[in-house]
Amino acid sequence: MSEKDIFVLGIETSCDETAAAIVKNGREIIANVVASQMESHQRFGGVVPEIASRHHVEQITLVLEETMRRANMDVNELDAIAVTEGPGLVGALLIGVNAAKALAFAHRIPLVGVHHIAGHIYANRLVQEMKFPLLALVVSGGHTELVYMKEHGMFEVIGETRDDAAGEAYDKVARALQLPYPGGPHIDRLAKEGKPIIDLPRAWLEEGSYDFSFSGLKSAVINTLHNAKQRGETLRPEDMAASFQASVVEVLVEKTMQAAAHYGVKQILLAGGVAANEGLRTQLREQMKRLPEVELVIPPLSLCTDNAAMIAAAGTVLLQQGKRASMALNANPSLLL
Amino acid sequence: MKVLAIDTSTFVMGIAVVDGQVVKGEIITNLKKNHSIRVMPAIESLLQECDMSPKEIERIVVAKGPGSYTGVRIGVTIAKTLAWTLGISLIGVSSLEAMAASAKYFQGLVVPLMDARRGQIYTGLYKAEGGNIQSIVADQVILATDWANELKAYDEPILLVGNDSSLHEASFIQTLNRAVQVASFTLHNPRPSELAWLGMHREPEDIHTFVPNYIRLAEAEANWLARQQEGTEC
Ligand SMILES: [Zn+2]
Repeated sequence: MSEKDIFVLGIETSCDETAAAIVKNGREIIANVVASQMESHQRFGGVVPEIASRHHVEQITLVLEETMRRANMDVNELDAIAVTEGPGLVGALLIGVNAAKALAFAHRIPLVGVHHIAGHIYANRLVQEMKFPLLALVVSGGHTELVYMKEHGMFEVIGETRDDAAGEAYDKVARALQLPYPGGPHIDRLAKEGKPIIDLPRAWLEEGSYDFSFSGLKSAVINTLHNAKQRGETLRPEDMAASFQASVVEVLVEKTMQAAAHYGVKQILLAGGVAANEGLRTQLREQMKRLPEVELVIPPLSLCTDNAAMIAAAGTVLLQQGKRASMALNANPSLLL
Repeated sequence: MKVLAIDTSTFVMGIAVVDGQVVKGEIITNLKKNHSIRVMPAIESLLQECDMSPKEIERIVVAKGPGSYTGVRIGVTIAKTLAWTLGISLIGVSSLEAMAASAKYFQGLVVPLMDARRGQIYTGLYKAEGGNIQSIVADQVILATDWANELKAYDEPILLVGNDSSLHEASFIQTLNRAVQVASFTLHNPRPSELAWLGMHREPEDIHTFVPNYIRLAEAEANWLARQQEGTEC
């Protein structure tokens, strides 16, 4: 390869992680730093936007410096700065966006705005080269989407949640089971010890739809717990966790399989924080036997949760496609993919 | 020394480039527009007008609050990142002090103020003397009516300054009578060149640990602390 290597610095501050990373050629992590605020938000039972923004200001230059130090690079050696411009918490996004603009301005290097979900999808490219067309199942605290990609940089949302995101349903059910925040990992752990013996609904929606709905399931869990309590019965939380998880996972996996077959994709990518869920990973691997010619890519846990390497990876592709942001780049909390 | 000053703590956006004893350029707007979209383009165009490259900047002075949380954070984030990446000094100056500096030739006490909702104001007390100002009472958030009462203890003339003066001047005039004046409206926008001037001879901050002076805790934090307090009292 005679082409020059491309180094992109990614910055991600859309929620409660202040993150920066340097990625080479969109595929190789040179440095990846994530400062999590999770502990700080735990006492509030969820992310408090104003507190998240305050932490980001405290952390931003520290995280940038640590990234440059680990990469043993100078900002002048970078080919571009890629930053999450949305969606997310606006006050939080603003810190990353303005830091990125200041860096790009100071060193006169290109600036690229990246959609957070595009980042999650491109986390997979840090593990395995993408093969198009592909289908990405994006599941996180804020998102549940099936994204079809015909080629690099082209995203078509073919299915999305009509109410709660899967991760949101996990957190709400965890609260009903009196598990600590964030609830997802606790339910996943409990589910392994229980049996899916409680009858809960699956929202398939209308024939051929790849959309999701989790609010009915969440309500069913809460009602079932409430009714059992009134009758003086005790349900094993392990069984409830297992039954809830089985319902979520079954719908997610089945719709993914149907869409993959319908679109004739070569790869299925799992993306987003809920991709860390053991139950989902296992079931997806199991069902992939139905599509032997399709490759399943699941990034390691550290790349499933919010990080900046994924933003740098997506930013590299956008940079190569000629996408540039100006100094007027803004945070957009409801940015569309 | 070439100084870049940034103030985004209220609706007023102020950017100044000061070179030694010369104010080379200033951009000041008082518009209900988004700072995030406008600040970096303003810095870019002002430096360009001044034929200055970012790498020539030797010091950044930023208004560190109080003010709009989001507004202050935008200015502080840009200032911290620029200072860190350019390897230059960073100075944080009170946004109220910068506002009071517009009245530094007043003989008496200067009360800069910003509306903080529900009858409250961000304010402080500064003494103006011979073109200098000095903090007498630290920046705080207080009910405008309470602050007017506290100011009765001072028997020097008082000047209110800041765009939100009109919202609260009645409380002060009622309580303090003729001892209080409101600055001309042309002095209300804080001047970023005054901010640069204030930051010129101060000790630099530690860039990494530098944060805005919000004055107030985040609401969730305050509520949480109050609950902890209740817990210990039981
Ligand atoms: Zn995410």
